[in-house]
Amino acid sequence: MKKTKNAPRNNSPLDRRDFIKTGAAAAAVGSLAIERGAFAQSSETVKVALIGCGGRGSGAANQALSTNGDVKLVAMADAFKDRMDSSQKGLQRAHGLKVDVKDENKFIGFDAYKKAIELADMVILATPPGFRPVHFAEAIKQGKHVFMEKPVAVDGKGVRQVLAAAQEAKKKNLKVGVGLQRHHQLGYQEVIKRIQDGAIGDIVSARAYWNGGGVWVREREKFEKAAGRKLTEMEYQMRNWYYFVWLCGDHITEQHIHNLDVINWIKGGAPTSCQGLGGREVRRGIDHGEIYDHHAVEYKYDDGSYMFSQCRHIRGCWNSVSEHVQGTKGRGTVSGPHMLTDNEGETIWRFGGGGKNPYQQEHDDLFDAIRNNKPYNEAEYGAHSSLTSVMGRMATYSGRMITAEEALNSDENTMPEILGWEAAPPTLPDENGSYSIAIPGKTRFGVEKV
Amino acid sequence: MMRVKLSRFLLVGIIATLLSGSASAQVSFERQVKPVLESACLSCHGEKKPKGELQLHTHEGLLEGSEYGEVVVPGKPEDSTLYTTTILSPDADEVMPPKAPFLSKVQADVLKEWIAAGAKWPKGIVLKQVRRVEFIKDIKPLLEGFYEEDFDFKSSVVPFDLDKSALYQYASLPSDSPDTLPRPEKGGKLEEKELNLLRDWIIQGAVWPDGVELEVKEMPAAVVDGALPVAPKEVVDIRVKAVDRLIKQFEPMMKPYVDEIPGTGVKFEMIPIPSGDFVMGSPKTEKGHSSNEGPQHKVKIDPFWMAKTETTWNCYTLFMYQEEEKMVMKLRGYKPELNAVSDAVARPTTPYVEMSFGMGTDGFPAISMTQHAANTYCKWLTAVTGHYYRLPTEAEWEYACRAGSDTAYSFGADASVIDEYAWHDGNSNFKYHKVGTKKPNAWGLHDMHGNVSEWTADQYLADIYGTFKGIVSNPFQYGKDLYPRVARGGSWMDKPEKQRSAHRIASSSDWKFQDPQLPKSIWYHTDAQFLGFRVLRPLIIPSSEEMHKYWTTEGEPD
Repeated sequence: MKKTKNAPRNNSPLDRRDFIKTGAAAAAVGSLAIERGAFAQSSETVKVALIGCGGRGSGAANQALSTNGDVKLVAMADAFKDRMDSSQKGLQRAHGLKVDVKDENKFIGFDAYKKAIELADMVILATPPGFRPVHFAEAIKQGKHVFMEKPVAVDGKGVRQVLAAAQEAKKKNLKVGVGLQRHHQLGYQEVIKRIQDGAIGDIVSARAYWNGGGVWVREREKFEKAAGRKLTEMEYQMRNWYYFVWLCGDHITEQHIHNLDVINWIKGGAPTSCQGLGGREVRRGIDHGEIYDHHAVEYKYDDGSYMFSQCRHIRGCWNSVSEHVQGTKGRGTVSGPHMLTDNEGETIWRFGGGGKNPYQQEHDDLFDAIRNNKPYNEAEYGAHSSLTSVMGRMATYSGRMITAEEALNSDENTMPEILGWEAAPPTLPDENGSYSIAIPGKTRFGVEKV
Repeated sequence: MMRVKLSRFLLVGIIATLLSGSASAQVSFERQVKPVLESACLSCHGEKKPKGELQLHTHEGLLEGSEYGEVVVPGKPEDSTLYTTTILSPDADEVMPPKAPFLSKVQADVLKEWIAAGAKWPKGIVLKQVRRVEFIKDIKPLLEGFYEEDFDFKSSVVPFDLDKSALYQYASLPSDSPDTLPRPEKGGKLEEKELNLLRDWIIQGAVWPDGVELEVKEMPAAVVDGALPVAPKEVVDIRVKAVDRLIKQFEPMMKPYVDEIPGTGVKFEMIPIPSGDFVMGSPKTEKGHSSNEGPQHKVKIDPFWMAKTETTWNCYTLFMYQEEEKMVMKLRGYKPELNAVSDAVARPTTPYVEMSFGMGTDGFPAISMTQHAANTYCKWLTAVTGHYYRLPTEAEWEYACRAGSDTAYSFGADASVIDEYAWHDGNSNFKYHKVGTKKPNAWGLHDMHGNVSEWTADQYLADIYGTFKGIVSNPFQYGKDLYPRVARGGSWMDKPEKQRSAHRIASSSDWKFQDPQLPKSIWYHTDAQFLGFRVLRPLIIPSSEEMHKYWTTEGEPD
C-alpha cells in the first residue's frame, strides 16, 4: 500500500485507530451518588445503554427492547467498532426507531462504558466477564439499573467488588438482574419449588454437568490476515477472550456457573469448600490460550451434603448439560424434563410444559420491577454462584482444597493494572505462541503460576 | 488493503466538493456557461433553423434575442428569459429545454450568476452544438457497472471541473495503476468512448437528477457469455423423454450401497426407492387427519436412493467441525487434498450449548439444525463423496414413508403396534434413540415414523394439495420465505397420530425461541430437539443451477 500524505481514516474492520489508546485504571467503587428512586410512572421511557455488543449483548438488548412499555436504546460501548456496528445494524432491523443511538453516543475503547452509562436509565453489561465488577460498580455509582450477564466476576476481588456494589444498589433502590436465566424458566421454578417443599425429602447430594464440545475459537492468524497487520497481544486476547482467565474465568466459570447456580438455588446457599481435578488433555492449540478443557469438582455445603460437578470441552465424549439431585425420598432431574421420581424410579411429578423464553422472561421481570418499583436484586446470588465457580477453578488449578472464605478473600487479582491496546495482559505467550498452564500441586491459586 | 485505498478516494471526493462550493462565486464563461449553452440549448437555438428565431451560438445572436424580444438583460437574471425559462416546473409550457433532461440547479445557477455579472461574452467566441450527455441513459449504467460501496460517486464529481472530480481522475489513470477505477475485477479501465462520456457529462455540468440513485446489481455468481436462452417447450419435452429413457435403463441397476465420508471411516447406508406413483395426503376419515393433508392427489415420483436412517451425529459432527474432520483424516493417513472441493463449503459456527442435549451422540440422530444447515450438509456431503445428495421433497418423503401402503401408517391403519416401528412419546422416555433400532418399513427405511422429525426441501403451503390438477410429477415447492418450511414424520415427543405418513409439520421461528444471541444463529434451531433429517440421492443428476436451488434456503438469517 502506498503511503499518502493525508493519511485516510482506516476503514478496516479491525482498525486500531478507532480505539482509545490511553489506558484506564480500574475504577473503584466510589462515593454514593444521588439517591435514585424508581420511575414515577410505569409509562416512562426507559433509556438503555448496551456495554459489550457481541452476540449475547445484542441478544440481551433485543430482549430489553422487546419488553412491554417504552424502551429505547440510546448508547452503546464496545472495545471494537466492528462489533458495535454490526450489533446496531441487527438491532435496528429488529426494533427500528427504538434503537436511537446517535453516532456521538457510540463509544469505543476500554473507557467507553463510563460515557455510555451516563446516558442511560438502565444498562446492559455484557462484555467478557472480567470487566463486569468494574462496570457494575460504575453503573451503581452512577445510579443506574442494571442487567448483567453471568458470571459477574472471575476472581475473589471481583466478587468482593460486586457484593459491595450490590449493597449500594439496595441502598439506592436500583434494580439488578443477572443473566442466570434458569431462575426465570418455568420448568426450573416449578420443579425447584417442589424440591424445596420436600417432595423428595432432604437433598443429600447433587450432580451438575456442562459436558460438551466447547465453544468458538478466534484464531490469531485469521484476524491478522483480515486486518493485514499483527495484532497486539491485548487485541488478540480481547478477540479470543474465552481462552484467557482474566477475561473469561475458564469455562467452569463462564459456562458451568449455570449448573452450579441451580444447585445453589436449591440448597439456598453456596458451598463452603471444594476440591477437584482438571487439566488440558485435548484442546492444546496455540489459540486455546491458558484455560483447561475439563474440570471435575466436589463441592461441600455447610449441611454436609455434596455437589459433584463436571464440565468438559472435549468433542466425541459423553455429553450432558444438566442438574440432578438425590433426596432422602427420591430423585430429581432438575433440568429438562424437570421431573421427580421416588427411589424406585416411579414418576412423582413431571413438568407439563409452558412458560416463556427465559431470556425474555428475565427482562420482562426486571423491567416490571423497574417500572413498578418492586424489590429486585439478583447481584448477590449472582456473585455467590460466580464465587462457587471461581473456587472450583482455584481447586482444579492448584489441586488443593479451597474454602469459599479463602477464595472470596484471596488477593488474587486477574485484571491487568493498565488497560490499553499496547499494554501487556497478565499472561503472555512464549516464543511458540503457547501460554503457561496452571499445574496442580504447583500453582497456588487461580492464574498465579510458578 | 483495498478498503484503505478506497477510503482515500472518499477523502479526495469530500475535499473536491468543499472546494467547489467556494469557487462558485465567479462564473467562467468558457468553463461553465459555454458547455451549458452548447449541450442544452444549441440543438434548437443554433446556427441552423433556429426555433423562435433565437440563435445562441454567437454573442450577436444572444443580443438579438428571439421573436418575442430580448432574452438576456445583463445584471438582471430575473428579467432574462434565458434564465427564467430554465427554472420553470417541468410541466410548464414555456420550460426550457422543452423536454427532459432539464437544467440542473447548478446549471441554471450558472446562467443566473453569469447574467447577474453582466452576461459577458469573450470576443470572437462561436459556440458549436455538442451532444448532450444524459445521466439516466449514458452515465447511470456506466457508473453502476463499477460502483464501489466505500466510494460516494455523487460527492466525488464537481460540475464543470474535471480536475476536481475525483471520479474522473481515478478513471483516467493509466490502466496499470493500482488506483484506477473501475477496479480490474469490475472490468478495468474504461474504454475511450466511455471515458469521454464521463468527461463530457462533467464538463456539461454533471447533471444528476434529484432522487435518482445508482442501482447496484449483484454480480451473478457465474458469469456466462450472455444469459442462457429459456428452453422452448419442445426442448423441455425432449429432455423429459431422454431422462425417462435413462431412468428405464439405469433404474433396474440401482442397488443398496454403503457410502463413506472419505478418509474418516464414517459410513451411512442408502436404499434404492423405485419410481412410481402414489396417492399423497390422507382422507378425511383417517384418524388424526388434518385439513392440510387433503385433498388426496396422485403424484408421480422418479427413482432415488434414500438414507436407511436419519443422519447421525457421527456423520454430522464431521461437517460441524472441520478441524475434527481433518484430525480424523490425518489419524487415518489421508491427505487433506482430498477435500479440495468440499473445503469451499461453509461450515456451521460452534454452538455455545451442547447440541445433543445429553441424549447421546454415537449412533444417535443429529438434531436441532436449521434447514439451511441440513441443506449445507447435503452440499458438503456431495462435495466429499461425489454423489449428489439433497433433502427429500415433501412428496418424495411421503412416498418413501408409505412404501406402497395407503394406510395411516406404513405398517397399517392400526396404531396399536406402533411400538415395534417407532419411538414416540409413549415409549421414548423423553429422548431420541439410536437410529435403526425399530423395524423398517416395506422398503427397508427405519424411523420414518418417530424418533426425530425430518426436514424436507419444501416451503410449507397448507393449501397446496388443492391446487394440483391431474397427476403431479415430482412436485417441489421452492420457497422464498424462511418460515414455514416442511418437516415430516413425528418424533420422540409426539403422539402416534402425529407419526402418520401424511402428517405435515410447519417450521416456525419459535424453533429458535431460546437462542439468546442476536442475530440468531442461521445454523441451529436450539428449541427443535425433535428435528433431524435424512439425505436423498436422485438417480438423475440435475444441472448445477438446480443443485444450487435445492441446497439454498432463502431467508436466512431471519
